[in-house]
Amino acid sequence: MANFSPGLILIVGGLLIPLIHGRARQVFMLALPLLGAIQLFGLEHGLHGQVAIFDYTLTFARVDKLSLIFGAIFLLASFYNTIYGLHENDTMQQVAAPVYAGAAIGAVFAGDLITLFIFWELTAISSVFLIWARRTAKATSVGIRYLIIQVGSGVILLAGIILYANKTGSIAFDRIGLSDLASWLILIAFGIKAAFPFLHNWLQDAYPEATVTGTVVLSAFTTKLAVYALARGYAGTEMLIYVGIVMTAFPVFFAVIENDLRRVLAFSLNNQVGFMVAGIGVGTSLALNGAVAHAFVHIIYKSLLFMSMGAVLHRVGTIKASELGGLYRSMPVTAVFCIIGAASISAFPLFSGFIAKSLTLSAVAEGGYVVAWIVLVFASAGVLEHSGIKIPYFAFFAHDSGLRCKEAPANMLIAMAIPAFLCIAIGIFPGPLYALLPFPMDYQPYTASHVLSQLQLLLFAILAFAVLVRSGLYPKEIPSTNLNTDWIYRKGLPALVRWLMAAGSTIRRGALFRAEFRLERFIAQVYRHHGPAGIMARTWSTGSTVLWVAVLLGVYLLAYFL
Amino acid sequence: MIAANLPALQIVLPLIAAPLCLLLRRGNLAWALALFVSLAAFAIAVALLTQVLDSGAISYELGGWAPPWGIEYRVDVLNAFVLLIVAAIGAVVLAYARRSVAQEVPTSQHSGFYTAFLLCLTGLLGVAITGDAFNLFVFLEISSLSSYVLISMGRDRRALTAAFQYLVMGTIGATFIVIGIGLLYMSTGTLNMADLGARLPAIGANRTVLAAFAFLTVGATIKLALFPLHFWLPNAYAYAPSAVTAFLASTATKVSIYILLRFFFTVFGPTFEAEEITLNNLVVPLATIAVLVCSTVAIYQGNVKRMLAYSSIAQIGYMMIGIGFGTVTGLTAGIAHLFNHAVTKGGLFLVLGCIVWRIGSCRLGDLAGLGRRMPLTMFAFVLGGLSLIGVPLTAGFVSKWVLVQAAIEQGNWLVAVAILAGSLLALIYVWRVVEVAYLRPAPDSAPEAAEAPWSMLIPAWILIGASIYFGVETSLSLGVAEAAARFLLGGAG
Repeated sequence: MANFSPGLILIVGGLLIPLIHGRARQVFMLALPLLGAIQLFGLEHGLHGQVAIFDYTLTFARVDKLSLIFGAIFLLASFYNTIYGLHENDTMQQVAAPVYAGAAIGAVFAGDLITLFIFWELTAISSVFLIWARRTAKATSVGIRYLIIQVGSGVILLAGIILYANKTGSIAFDRIGLSDLASWLILIAFGIKAAFPFLHNWLQDAYPEATVTGTVVLSAFTTKLAVYALARGYAGTEMLIYVGIVMTAFPVFFAVIENDLRRVLAFSLNNQVGFMVAGIGVGTSLALNGAVAHAFVHIIYKSLLFMSMGAVLHRVGTIKASELGGLYRSMPVTAVFCIIGAASISAFPLFSGFIAKSLTLSAVAEGGYVVAWIVLVFASAGVLEHSGIKIPYFAFFAHDSGLRCKEAPANMLIAMAIPAFLCIAIGIFPGPLYALLPFPMDYQPYTASHVLSQLQLLLFAILAFAVLVRSGLYPKEIPSTNLNTDWIYRKGLPALVRWLMAAGSTIRRGALFRAEFRLERFIAQVYRHHGPAGIMARTWSTGSTVLWVAVLLGVYLLAYFL
Repeated sequence: MIAANLPALQIVLPLIAAPLCLLLRRGNLAWALALFVSLAAFAIAVALLTQVLDSGAISYELGGWAPPWGIEYRVDVLNAFVLLIVAAIGAVVLAYARRSVAQEVPTSQHSGFYTAFLLCLTGLLGVAITGDAFNLFVFLEISSLSSYVLISMGRDRRALTAAFQYLVMGTIGATFIVIGIGLLYMSTGTLNMADLGARLPAIGANRTVLAAFAFLTVGATIKLALFPLHFWLPNAYAYAPSAVTAFLASTATKVSIYILLRFFFTVFGPTFEAEEITLNNLVVPLATIAVLVCSTVAIYQGNVKRMLAYSSIAQIGYMMIGIGFGTVTGLTAGIAHLFNHAVTKGGLFLVLGCIVWRIGSCRLGDLAGLGRRMPLTMFAFVLGGLSLIGVPLTAGFVSKWVLVQAAIEQGNWLVAVAILAGSLLALIYVWRVVEVAYLRPAPDSAPEAAEAPWSMLIPAWILIGASIYFGVETSLSLGVAEAAARFLLGGAG
């Protein structure tokens, strides 16, 4: 079989979807990732699909272990996402999802920077339709913001590529490393997609606004593509360790007090990517394996969590913690799947998160980064608080909201069963996943000390949650009015955090407002001169045009004679 | 016999066929003749380019009079390339023209239309092929006069005023060029351009020569619509018949750029001092402004044809930036973009012609929902738009990439940033059309629109397909452009 990128199957197939109708379309959609997988497993290591354009060679399929494992997990995610969305009949999403997945896969197999850029922008353009498909006014404006940031990332990437090509004379996408402006620009472009701190707002802004299926699809690809790109280009860049630990730590606070459960998951997505970025920063083969393994299992359990929340939103019509609760009676199966996902993300032993996260933690410890290690451990506890317990607790348990609904549709349940199964299977038998990782290693996750220290951490975190909830200290599902006895404590940490956030967001909003105002004024200025009636676009009288001719002639003559 | 006289045939064929068209009177017959002749001209241009690439420049003495006394047709790699562009676009547009013209031009004027078209083709080919400065002016006037006629045949009544303004500006431009040529003749006593190039260094930069240079520069920049002398262009393009817009947009300005290149680099030579001043301090800044300002203006246009016209001025800015750098990389970028843009913009205007043919309008609002009703046409527009933006794997990307490399080579960061910014602006104006055509539903009152006829769609797709093809296979566009650039800067052609 020809060695071309499996992404092309999804992109071309996705574009053909509008031509097929009815049951055949569903079969076709399911067949795409399967065909992609067949193509993937037939690939031989090496560089394929090379096209020469002027002085450069584009490589559409660079096949090695790193690109293969990302390609494989993207195809897997695409497959169960398709099942999850089968009940919907929205051509826009049905086209956008496979094209987006295909673009992400294409980017992973890109052997050079220009090909990477092409697919980089294609992921941006195709994914925005998943947000627009919700067809609300808010989704439209959020989508435009998202698109501007994503395309902007591509433009920065292109600028970096141009400089890089000019300096090195090559466009091959290998280790870049931080050195000059070119490498910084490329890093920033990757950083935007990976949602680095201060570059992250688009993620929490956009993901919760997408459709039920759209959020699940979005969560799988964009940030993990950036993780792949970072692993390829910037492994061992020490700065990334610190970027990573900030990423793991700060979303914890936001996630704890957030009410929209899908937004909570978006924050925790940020936190999880932080682990991977930190691992890439360490850059040893153990750490890189950790980052890649984490990306692999993360896609699975994060999809599972988003799917379960999506199912709730689908059935109940809201995803606000304050309006949910007690749903385990109505949606028991979904609740079980959600708990499996939560256990995985919290890295309970025997679940997939454990075997990946312990790799990263071991690598950080081996590298001697004490501070980083402590922050990562703290963040692990934080993950448990906000994703591991908060999500299932507030949705399915807590106080009974009185909502009664049907169990999730069959296709959603099947779609959730696949990652749920994988979460447990990988957790118990990590061997096959370890074998797929880019570097050979001999690692044993289930040692007594690993398991014990993780269990200690988890138990304390659970204890803390229990105490906090019992005592009412845990930030309630806002808005809540029932004041309890210990209101003094309540004014403690959560209130402080909330106040800080509010202050922060006021300042930010103020700054944004000013910036927006300036921008508006600027655009008005531009419009005044360049708009249809502006001086630049008016039809000039012939006389004044001729005057310009005379002026220019004068300028030229003056320039020569002086 | 034929092979030896190819340079003469290139001009004589369309020149003789033009009055024949008028005699034929029947529109369809005139069209068939014009198409046949343009195809022959294309074949000749291909043969000439191959010959030049194989064995170097061809000199053809018209009527057996040896240069510098007689008129010499001189074909080197640069003008063989321009000849190819003009002849190719001419053939494609003529193939397309029959249905489009039948609808947009009154039947009684059809034979006149094809006569003017062939004359315009003759003029443009003549400008490119001749080695004689005064002969160049004559051909320039032939092409200009016939293009005024062609523009004035537009359906919109504003076409008349647009043509008139173009006539005034074009005449001033041509007059400036002839003044410049006259001044050069005064100081050297020769009109043959190669001869001029040999004699001028000895004379040096006296006032007469400098004045000649200034007149030639301004004259050429009017004709090629370099900012701020571009004001004649948007209306002329917007109100001309669709086929004429496509033809002129991809050939007339390009040939004017050729005139500038020829005078700057062959006649005055790259070492002429005033030339460096002009290029670095005047042409590059003006061209950069053109890119930014005209791209911005294009964003706000409500008429898609006018939008593309402004985009053309911006794209001319890109070419002039490259030429303004005066380096091999810069000139390569400029000449390659000349080719790529001719193909892309020609294709886009043809696509737009298909839309006008169907819905009778090219106002942005009227395009709502066309993505569904004319899928092939709109998809062609999207591809052309991508090339306009400069997306990788399209022709537009190749030349812009080289252009940015040229800017970085010069350390001219501002210009490099402006080029990228221009691409973003292009993204916006192309997106506006895509959004309306694909995301906005068609109004209920909209007429049922099907695809345009194949005789129009196929030529449009040929050019659009070429703009994708030349994004990957660049030996013709970039390879020949680089050879031409080296030749102009004094290396071997």
